[in-house]
Amino acid sequence: MTRRHTPHRIALAVFSAGTLALGACSAGSLGSSDDEGGGGKVALSFLTDNQPETVKMAEGLAKDFTAKNPDITVNVETRPQGTEGDNIVKTRLSTGDMTDMFMYNSGSLMQALAPQKNLTPVDDFAGQLDENFKKAVGSDGKIYGVPFGNYMAGAILYNKEVYDKNGLKVPTTWDEFQANNAKLKAAGVDPVIQTYGETWTSQLFILGDYHNVEAASPGWAEQYTKNQAKYATTPAAKAGFDHLQQVHDAGYVNKDFASAKLTDGLNKLAKGQGAQYPILSAMVSQLIADNPGSENKIGLFAIPGADAAKNGLTVWAPNGLYIPTSTTGDKLAAAKKFLGFVASPDGCASMGKATTPTGPYAVTGCELPDSVPQAVKDMQTYIDKQGASSLALEFLSPVKGPALEQICVEVGSGIRKADAAAKLYDEDVKKQAQQLGLEGW
Amino acid sequence: MTAAVEVRRKPRKNLVLSVVAILLSVVVFLVPFAFIVLTAVKSRQEASRLDFSWPSQFHLVQNFVDVVQARDYMLIIAFINSTILTVASVAILVVLSAMVAFVLQRRRTRWTGLVNFLVLSGLIIPPAVVPTIWVLQKLGLFRTMPGLILIEVAFGLSFCILLFRAFIATIPRELDEAAIIDGAGPMRLFFRVILPLLRSVIITVVVVQSVTVFNDFVNPLYFLPGDQNATVQLTLYNFSSAYSTQYNLLFMDILLITIPPLIMFLFFNKRIVAGMTAGAVKG
Amino acid sequence: MEARPRTSVAGPAPAAGRKRSPYPSWFYLPAAIVYAVLFLVPTVTSFYFSLTRWSIFDSQFIGFDNYVTFFREPALVSGLWHTVVYAVITSGLKVVLGLGLAVLLTSQIIGRGYLRSVVFFPVLVSTIGVGLTFTILLDPEEGLVNESLALIGIQGPGWLTDPSFALVSVALVDVWKGVGLATLIYIAGIVSIPQEYFEAARVDGATAWQNFRKIVLPLARPATFTVILLSLIGGLRSFDLIWAMTRGGPGFTSDVIASVIYKQYQAGFYGLSTAGNVVLFLLVTAIIFPLSRYLNSKEVDL
Repeated sequence: MTRRHTPHRIALAVFSAGTLALGACSAGSLGSSDDEGGGGKVALSFLTDNQPETVKMAEGLAKDFTAKNPDITVNVETRPQGTEGDNIVKTRLSTGDMTDMFMYNSGSLMQALAPQKNLTPVDDFAGQLDENFKKAVGSDGKIYGVPFGNYMAGAILYNKEVYDKNGLKVPTTWDEFQANNAKLKAAGVDPVIQTYGETWTSQLFILGDYHNVEAASPGWAEQYTKNQAKYATTPAAKAGFDHLQQVHDAGYVNKDFASAKLTDGLNKLAKGQGAQYPILSAMVSQLIADNPGSENKIGLFAIPGADAAKNGLTVWAPNGLYIPTSTTGDKLAAAKKFLGFVASPDGCASMGKATTPTGPYAVTGCELPDSVPQAVKDMQTYIDKQGASSLALEFLSPVKGPALEQICVEVGSGIRKADAAAKLYDEDVKKQAQQLGLEGW
Repeated sequence: MTAAVEVRRKPRKNLVLSVVAILLSVVVFLVPFAFIVLTAVKSRQEASRLDFSWPSQFHLVQNFVDVVQARDYMLIIAFINSTILTVASVAILVVLSAMVAFVLQRRRTRWTGLVNFLVLSGLIIPPAVVPTIWVLQKLGLFRTMPGLILIEVAFGLSFCILLFRAFIATIPRELDEAAIIDGAGPMRLFFRVILPLLRSVIITVVVVQSVTVFNDFVNPLYFLPGDQNATVQLTLYNFSSAYSTQYNLLFMDILLITIPPLIMFLFFNKRIVAGMTAGAVKG
Repeated sequence: MEARPRTSVAGPAPAAGRKRSPYPSWFYLPAAIVYAVLFLVPTVTSFYFSLTRWSIFDSQFIGFDNYVTFFREPALVSGLWHTVVYAVITSGLKVVLGLGLAVLLTSQIIGRGYLRSVVFFPVLVSTIGVGLTFTILLDPEEGLVNESLALIGIQGPGWLTDPSFALVSVALVDVWKGVGLATLIYIAGIVSIPQEYFEAARVDGATAWQNFRKIVLPLARPATFTVILLSLIGGLRSFDLIWAMTRGGPGFTSDVIASVIYKQYQAGFYGLSTAGNVVLFLLVTAIIFPLSRYLNSKEVDL
C-alpha cells in the first residue's frame, strides 16, 4: 500500500484517466490552454495521479520551473490512483504513448514497469539523492527516477489532547497500547479508528508493522522473496493480523467502521471522538486542511510490537518521477532539466510551498522547515535515532498480494480469524509471485 | 392501444388498488428520484448531510454552472463524445442487424444454423477484454472513437438481430414477391420495401440500444480511456473523490446525464411497447 | 463502412432454382466482419492467452497453470455461489414482480400512464448513477432507508456493510433498476393476447384470478422466457452494480465471478483474468444453453 491506493473512489476509479492522445473523432479539449508553442520553445507533458495534494505539487513545480526556464513549459495531466492507474501507466508505456515525464510509485511497483526496457536512466542525479531512495528507484546498478514528494510513515496518528486528558503515555509495546485502549474506552472515546469505506486504510496494522517484523527476524524480506518465510508461520509477521483481530474483538473500534471513509476517520481524530488512527502520515496534510489549527494537536507513534527496545517506524519512500524511453531529442534534454530541478533544494522548496511537507526529503540539502506539524516532528525523531526505522516491505521485496486490503477488512470486521487470514494472504502472495514468474515459487 | 376494448370489458376502475399502487410507486420509485433532485439543488454543506429535506436555498443555476465548468468543461466534451458514440453505433447496428435478420428469417441456407448459433453465442459469451484490446491495438483502433463504435456494434448485434428477426417473421412474403416481380434487386427490396415496414421495431431497438450505449460505462473505460475521450458516465467521478465528495454537484451531474434518455423515452413511450409486442415476446 | 462486394461469397444456395436470390448471403457480410474481428477473434485468442503468463510487456506459455490458480482463488468458490444466488434472486424477482406489475398496468387502474412511466424510469438511469444513489440511501448510519426505519422503531441493518446482507441488498437494487424492462416485455406479451380469449372467459363467468391463471399465465409464457433468459444472462455476467456499490465487499462477501475476474485484471494478471473469463463463459453456457432448449421446447403457439 502506499499513496497509490489513497483514493478508493466510489467505484471503478479508472474513470478520470489522464488526458491521452486525441482519438480520432473525439471532442478533445475545450477551453484549455494550447499545447505546443513554436520558436525553440519546448512543451513537456507530465502525468501524475489525481490526488489533490499531488496535483498541487506538480502544478507548483511546473510553474516555478517555467519561471526559471521560460523556454520550457510543463503541462500536468492526471490519471486515477490505485490499480486502475497502474494499468493506465503500463498500457501507455507498452504502446509507446506515455507522456514526456510521469510520476509513479517507487519500489516494487516501479520494478514491475520493466525499467531497463521502458525508462531512461538518470544516473546524473545520483549524487543528490539519499541511499534508501536510490534503492527504491534503482535496477541493475542504474537509477531511473528522482523523488516526487516526501518520505512518509505507516504509523498511528493520535490526538494529544485526548491522551493528556486521560493521562496516557505513548505506548511502545502492544500490551501498553491495549491498556491505553481499555482506559480510552472506559472514558467514552473510540480508542481506534477504522475506515473500511475505503478498504486500503485497513492494511496499516500489517504493513506498518514491518519494522517490528524485521527487528524480530532480521533478513525476513529476503527469505520472504525466496518463498522461505510466510506470514502464517512467522509469529512476528502474523502479529499484524492478530492485532487487527484483537482490536475488533475487544470492541475498540468506532461504531461506523464498516462504512466510514478516510475523511470521516481524519475528522473523528481531529475532533477527539476517536483517539488513535493507524494510517499513512501523509494524511496529516489532509487532516490539517480540513481542521485548521490542529497542527500541534495530532502526534504520531510507531505501531507498537512485542519488544519496547526494538520498536520502530515503518517508512515509505517518496514516489518517483521518471522519463520513458519514448521521450527523445529536445524533449529529453528538457525533461532531464526538469528532473534536475525537482531533485534540488529549489524543487523541495517549490513542493513545500504547494502543500504541507509530511516527512523528510530524499534530496541532499533539503531541510524541513521548523513549522512542520507535530506528527512530522515525531516521525523525524524515529528517523534520526539509529535503527529505529525501516523501509516498508514493498521496497525490499517485489512480492505483495493484491487481496491484502479485502483480507484485512475481513479480519477487522470479525468475518475471518487472524490465523486463517494469514494463511489466505500467503496463498494470495503465492499467486502474485507466480504471475510475476519469480524464482522459487 | 387496447384501452377501448378493456373499457368495454371492465368498465369500473379499481379505486383501492389504484390508490395502493400509486402510494407504493411514490415510496419505491419517486422518493429516490426526489432525493436526487433535491440534493442536486442544495448547497454543498446542506447536501453533505445527505438527508431527505427541502433545501433552505435553491442553488440550481449555480450547481448547473459548476458541473458544466468542472475540469475544463469536461461534461460538454463528454456529451459530444457520447452523442457521437451513441448515434453512430446505433445507426450502424440498426442497418447491419436488420440485414442479417432479414436474410436469416427469409432464406434457409447452410449458413443459417451457424448464424443462429453465433447470434446466441453473442448474447451469452462475456467479451474477453484484454484480447479485444490486443486486437484493437493491432488494427490501430485502440483508444479511438471508431474503435469504440465498432465495439458497441459488435457487442449489440445479437440482441438486435433477435428482435428484428421476430418482427420480420410477421411481414408477409407476398410483399417481397410483389417487389421482385416489379424488378427490385435485393438492395432495393431491403432498403425500399422491408426497412420502412420495420419502423416500429426500429424505434424499439433505437431506444433500447441508445440507452444501453449512452449509459455504457465499462466499454469506454476499457477501450477509450482518457479525459479528452470521456463519455458522460465517466464525468460522475469528477465529483466524488476520497477527500471531498461534492454531493450536490454529483447529483446534478446524474440528473443532467439522465435527461437525454428520458427525453427519448417520453418521445417514444407509446411505440416501444408496440415494437416489443411483435419482437421480443415472440422471439 | 465496410465494402460491399458485388459477388456472392455464400456459394450456391441449396434450393437454387433462381440465379440470384433476393435474399443474398452477402447481407451477412458487414455484420459478420465486425462481429468476427471484434468478438470472435478475441474470444478465440482468449483461449490461447489464458494459457500464458501475460504482463502487458510480454507473454509466456505456462499451460493450464492459470486455471489451477484461478480455481484456488479464495474468492472464487464463494464467488461461484454468490453468482448463482445473485442471478436467481434478480431473475426470479424480475419475473414475479414484472408479471405482477404488467397485469396491474394492463388492468383498469387510475394513473396507469404515470405508473408505467415511473416503473420504467429507473431503466433509463445509468447503473453507476443508481449505484451511487443507493449507496448513500442505504448507508447504515445516516442513510434515508435506515433513518426512516428508525422512525417506526426498527433498527435497520448495515445493508451494504453487513456480510449477510450485502449481496442481497445489491441484488434488490438490481431488481429495482431492471424490473421496468421486465414489466415492459410482459405488458407487450399481455397486450398481444387476442381479446377473444377474454371475451370467451367473460361469457363463461370467469373470475379475475381464473383469467390470470388460465389465460394470461400460459399465453404470456414467451415473455416469461425472454425475461428469464435476459435477466439470468445479465445476472450471471454483470458485476458493474456490485462494483459500484460494494466492490465485492465487505471482504469477499459480495464477490461474484465477474468481479473476481476484474480484480485479476486490475492486479495486472492478464493471463489469469482471461482464464477466468473462459471459466465464466463455460459456466454461463452450461446454464443458458440447456435452459434455452428446455424453454423453447415448452413454447406455446398463440
